[in-house]
Amino acid sequence: MAEEKKLLKVTIDNITIEVEPGTSILQAARRIGGDVAPPAMCYYTKLKGSGGKCRTCLVEVAAGSVADPRPMPKLVASCRTNVMDGMVVKNITSEKVIDARNGVVEFLLINHPLDCPICDQAGECHLQDLSYEHGKEGTRYEFPRRTFEKHDLGPYIQLHMTRCIMCFRCVYAADQLTEKRQHGILDRGDHAEIATYIQQSLEHDFIGNVIDVCPVGALTDKTFRFKNRVWFLKPVQAHRDCTHPKCCGKVTLWYRGEEVFRVTARKDQWGEVEDWICNECRFEKKKTADWEIEGPTVVNRHSVISQGHYVGVHKPKEVLYDVLDGLKPRLFMDIHSVSEVNEPGRDLSRIEGPAHSTDFKE
Amino acid sequence: MQALTNRVQVVERKPLSFWEKLYIPAIAKGMFITFSHIFKNKPTINYPEKTRPFSPVFRGLHVLNRDEEGRERCTACGLCAVACPAEAITMEAAERLPGEEGLYREEKYAAKYEINMLRCIFCGLCEEACPKDAIYLSETFAPANYTRKGFIYGKEELLIPDPKTQPEEFAKAKGLTK
Repeated sequence: MAEEKKLLKVTIDNITIEVEPGTSILQAARRIGGDVAPPAMCYYTKLKGSGGKCRTCLVEVAAGSVADPRPMPKLVASCRTNVMDGMVVKNITSEKVIDARNGVVEFLLINHPLDCPICDQAGECHLQDLSYEHGKEGTRYEFPRRTFEKHDLGPYIQLHMTRCIMCFRCVYAADQLTEKRQHGILDRGDHAEIATYIQQSLEHDFIGNVIDVCPVGALTDKTFRFKNRVWFLKPVQAHRDCTHPKCCGKVTLWYRGEEVFRVTARKDQWGEVEDWICNECRFEKKKTADWEIEGPTVVNRHSVISQGHYVGVHKPKEVLYDVLDGLKPRLFMDIHSVSEVNEPGRDLSRIEGPAHSTDFKE
Repeated sequence: MQALTNRVQVVERKPLSFWEKLYIPAIAKGMFITFSHIFKNKPTINYPEKTRPFSPVFRGLHVLNRDEEGRERCTACGLCAVACPAEAITMEAAERLPGEEGLYREEKYAAKYEINMLRCIFCGLCEEACPKDAIYLSETFAPANYTRKGFIYGKEELLIPDPKTQPEEFAKAKGLTK
């Protein structure tokens, strides 16, 4: 009989769970789920070496282990600390943790511009969620926020360096998914920035994944830029037979009416992608005919994306037609004869990159 | 029958007396009430020569605001549209080109902005939702129109006049002058 793996008992917020050795506190907390799981801005399960940078996942360890039950002197980053047998962890039950997290959020927001009305990530932004839970209403910061020279990352990816929180996720993603990384962190400290060396554009079949990996709106889809707000779109699960050997071809399509506005990888409840997708799937295939639709994506009802209430909609039957003996009700006005918005002949999703004033000149 | 409330009055149905059958005293009494109103204050005003002041919280026709330099404030963030219970607001966003900095305040702006006044219920939630102070409900009514088509308001109808090029119209729209 093979030797049974010894499971470690860990108590997080008074909930005890048994996990395998080598599990981080964050992973153990995520197995419990709900509010117990600390938020994470930089840690990404699928990226090796990520984590330990943003400090939002700080937890208090009230008892180190059975062998050494002394508490850890400082709050620890739960994404990089492995559990020990008999460890007692306090996350939301600890005032120290909440206080520290509030401080971390304030630091993250020091240089983050409050341009959520413009930002394409608004509505699915992890920093936005985090600051709603932990942030202060006002800012105490009186100095000018960092600004950077604009870098052009090619036709597909838009970089907004001012929004970056230096989580390094995109760097790890590029390192681990592509053979040759072309972008990275330049400079140090406050001047550190994500950039490509000598304005090189990023060309790799999987580089589009840095968009999904970015927790804020620093890296966004240029083909979707300013086209629509995410909460007006309808996410739908779809797949296709992608010829790329490494691409899974399973995606979420974001519809508005009949138009596919953008394609993203499928994300789990922690906002992490289930599997990577290639650039062709993400940027080139924006027609319904390219995909096989599986059904609507399940959206957390607390998310603004679920505001459209499109899942399980029961449309009442149009009875007027039967009542009027087959006569069609008289249409007093076709909205498209007056309205200039959502014109049937003009598909915003077909425009490459963001729309400009030139696109609206007839 | 038991009365439901204590305010019930039993109506007596006696035949009219001779004095009541004449009707003249009743008519005279009625005429007295009618003519006495000539000497009372008129509750109406001669609209449109005279207008009543609006309440400061009056929610009338929408206005898309500009900043001091005449740039459009709206960034097409869509919060008014998502807040709108009548789903009257639609918009299409565009990116500001270099050279258009004087026209639009932010990098992104509403290239098309429409309010369907047939749907609008003037609740003012769009004004509350707006993070950029871009949309306001003014102290005017939406004017009447003969066709439904006239009630689809685009940016031309909604946008406030430019304070730099049309200061008089701007002041009038702001309600600074009569």
